Amino acid sequence: MGSLFSPGLAVSSRHTVQKRRELPIKGEILVRQGERVTGDTVVARAELEGELRIVRVAESLGVSPEEVHKALRVSIGQQVEAGQTLAEIQGLWGLFRSSVSAPTAGTVEFVSASTGHLGLRAAPKLLTLSAYISGTVFAVEDQRAVVIESEATFVQGIFGVGGEKTGRLKLLDVSPDAAVTEADLPREAQGLVLVGGRSPTPQALAEASKRGAVGFVTGSISGETLRQYLGYDIGIALTGDEAVPMTVIVTEGFGDIAMGERVLATLRAVDGEPASINGATQVRAGAQRPEVIAPASNARAGAEARTREDGAGLRVGARVRIIRVPHFGSAGTVSGMPHNLVKIGTGAWARVLEVTLVNGAVITVPRANVELVE
Amino acid sequence: MKRNTGKDATIKAFVKTDPRQLKTVLVTDCGSTTTKALLFERKEDRWHQTFRGEAPTTVEEPVADVTVGARNAFVEVQELSGRQILNAGGDKPFEITAASASTGIDLYLSTSSAGGGLQMLVAGVVSSITTESAERAALGAGAIVMESISADDGRQDFERIERIRHVKPDIVLMTGGVDGGSTSHVVEMAETLVAASPRPRFGDTLKLPVIYAGNSEASAEVQEILSKMAQVVVVENVRPELERENLGPAREAIHDFFLSHVMSHSPGYGKLMSWSPVRIMPTPAAVGDIVQAYAQKTKQSVLCVDIGGATTDVFSVFPDREGEPVFNRTVSANLGMSYSIANVLVEAGAANIKRWLPFEVSDAELSDRLRNKMIRPTSIPQALDDLWLEQAVCREALRLSLAHHCSLAVGIAKKQERGIADVFRQSSSRYELVDLMKLDMVIGSGGVLSHAPSRMQAALMMVEGFGLQGVTQLSVDSVFMMPHLGVFASVSPEAAYEVFEHDCLVHVGCAVVPVFPAKISKAESLAEVHLDGKLLGRISQGQVSTLSTAHSGQGLLRVVPLHGSVDVGAGPGQVTERTVRLGECGILCDGRNRPVAPALLSPAQQLAVFEALGLTGGAA
Repeated sequence: MGSLFSPGLAVSSRHTVQKRRELPIKGEILVRQGERVTGDTVVARAELEGELRIVRVAESLGVSPEEVHKALRVSIGQQVEAGQTLAEIQGLWGLFRSSVSAPTAGTVEFVSASTGHLGLRAAPKLLTLSAYISGTVFAVEDQRAVVIESEATFVQGIFGVGGEKTGRLKLLDVSPDAAVTEADLPREAQGLVLVGGRSPTPQALAEASKRGAVGFVTGSISGETLRQYLGYDIGIALTGDEAVPMTVIVTEGFGDIAMGERVLATLRAVDGEPASINGATQVRAGAQRPEVIAPASNARAGAEARTREDGAGLRVGARVRIIRVPHFGSAGTVSGMPHNLVKIGTGAWARVLEVTLVNGAVITVPRANVELVE
Repeated sequence: MKRNTGKDATIKAFVKTDPRQLKTVLVTDCGSTTTKALLFERKEDRWHQTFRGEAPTTVEEPVADVTVGARNAFVEVQELSGRQILNAGGDKPFEITAASASTGIDLYLSTSSAGGGLQMLVAGVVSSITTESAERAALGAGAIVMESISADDGRQDFERIERIRHVKPDIVLMTGGVDGGSTSHVVEMAETLVAASPRPRFGDTLKLPVIYAGNSEASAEVQEILSKMAQVVVVENVRPELERENLGPAREAIHDFFLSHVMSHSPGYGKLMSWSPVRIMPTPAAVGDIVQAYAQKTKQSVLCVDIGGATTDVFSVFPDREGEPVFNRTVSANLGMSYSIANVLVEAGAANIKRWLPFEVSDAELSDRLRNKMIRPTSIPQALDDLWLEQAVCREALRLSLAHHCSLAVGIAKKQERGIADVFRQSSSRYELVDLMKLDMVIGSGGVLSHAPSRMQAALMMVEGFGLQGVTQLSVDSVFMMPHLGVFASVSPEAAYEVFEHDCLVHVGCAVVPVFPAKISKAESLAEVHLDGKLLGRISQGQVSTLSTAHSGQGLLRVVPLHGSVDVGAGPGQVTERTVRLGECGILCDGRNRPVAPALLSPAQQLAVFEALGLTGGAA
């Protein structure tokens, strides 16, 4: 076999990015095809059905479910205000009156003679959907979705936490293989997406968030730092809904791994420019990786336009990075692709590659353990 | 056999091919990542599994058509076998009639777990009674239970509503109350479901499928309440009486909805279904069927585990108090070897994983290594210590998933067995069915077990992970063909059994694990092991060893305790005799008692075990 697919992550300074923005239910699209939008533009909205609150009328009044209808002061379909009396009973000689009032405004949807419960439907909620990235409305699906297209710098990370954010990219003044500490942070970080280094300390993440940064893109992170940042351990790579004010994206993996040169060079070219980021990661089928998107109008002219994905074929001469111990993080060039299965260190038989590392050493690695870097 | 899942009685109605006429059958399992096609052929002596083809599953974008991946897998089978399977034209992709010995197939069958499998929400009134029965019905039908809601689960209404909204189930199974009992709680649960109005995962214009299998006297009212937001089907109560379960009708309804609402709305499945006269089965349901068939045929108690990248399924057949075998299945949704490997760390804790390692590693390095596997799930261990780390995680995943299984695989005491206190508690008397001392056979499936570089590694993972006791036959699924055989068995049980016995099961050896009181001193011999009348050796306290590894066939094993308190399966001091099959591992003797004392689980101790079993060589 001359080439085969190997997983890679997009790192490109000129990439056509399309983002589908879909309402969870049918609603109203607020933009037209061809219209220019920014990340904050509201492109669609919908009315979500209000919540149904269950009011335990029989229990509250101390009557049987069958007796509730006699106590009702409202009827099915009636709109009521918060605090309005829904049902009441009078005690002996009209004394000791007890009542149940509406916990919220809404419409009476049902009254059950079996349970003595009353269902109160709150008013619909307005849901709005932003464009997330700056660009042009490429397509509109009536009442359902829009697709925004943008020529942009596009960098995928390997793992992230936190959802969509927009902010201005700010490269930290640190070496790519230096652990990021509080001392490396800018004094003012409001609205910034900080980029650089590796393995930030828990204090650095907490302080960056406190200073108002909306994103932190770095080479790697330790599991313990992530636990301290989130307040709990993550066991499954299904993220994006974390309640954190600052989205964190790592480009290489867990541990102490320097940010890749190409990733850093690509993001350096758009330093200071607005960007959209999302930490959402889903490793299973329908894979989603975290991303940094900076529209092309902000990218510098003449920047290179290659991606890791461009070289989807793994072949002799391809640049690869090793993603598993004992050579985890090492980069090199494929110098051989033996056809036959080879017995590896574990005793298993696997298809392998010969990789010439930057220091000239030649090592043998299972093909499953490399990813393309160009 | 009692089936906590019920028997799929209607399936025969779909079979249009006489099993006696079958000679060539093609079966696919469309998994989340890979579609595996296997060819089964009847030769002169028996049925054989002959060729295998694989291709990436194509349910997701950009292809979004499962049949593309299936056809690619067919192509591989065709190329390898030289048999003309694919048909250039027509609705079906293959030659259906075997006009010549090398052309066509007689029947196509499939199972599916693509798109995350069948995901369900169950709701009941009492968690230890009706909700638990509903869980067993859903699990037995091959579903993953995303959430269980009960009236007595200690949550407030709003908390239940939030949880229900959070999951997007394919199907809801609602139950509650015995027939003739109070209806108010179950009606209340229906109201809660309406308040939450969960949206189905597929087909957002569809109403959510809800199966009501509760108190029959409440069915009309429940149906009326739920019909506003759901397509409701009413079936017989899963728990008509406190002392009786009736899971079959609910399971049938789940399979019907699986086809009509889940499969038919998944990309390309309409076409795939049209290729087969037999309905597509959820993958775990098919595995469960072949496990049951095997247990029934061999009259053994069986424990089968399928440890995947994201989930671990456990299947068991154990006798109840009446001696009747009962089948159970559970799935631990977030215990797996790649996507959810870090969750095994979270649930088990670093110390429990590290106790199986023959080397020291810091908690930080352990955490980072496992999380790197989580985010790059297709990578494989290259170094021996990395392999041992994954296998240590496997032991913990097995331990945790078995504990989960034991909690749900329960028998229900009959009326005469229930005490007066049980009646007042309004709960049935449950008892655990799984008894490791009485377990005859373990079947391990999934890459970490089936494709371990040595069978001894697989054997040790099962012995240590499950904490096996007594005498247990150890086997692995050679190439994960149990789903294929499960659906094949729905057409031809005999053919499927033949292939299962000869081509699927690999008997790797037999474990002998004496259990004894702590007072027996170190280095004392616990039991003698004889095979076919010949003394092979003794099992020493605290030691792990193998005997008779050169013997690969069948033999009569006799284990004689050397102390009155040592139990190897027949009771303290009693001799155990059993016919066993000895594979590569021979007889694996573990004298570390159960549970293994922490003092016997240091890196040095574990290294000694690995050395004794010849596991430290790697590629040498």
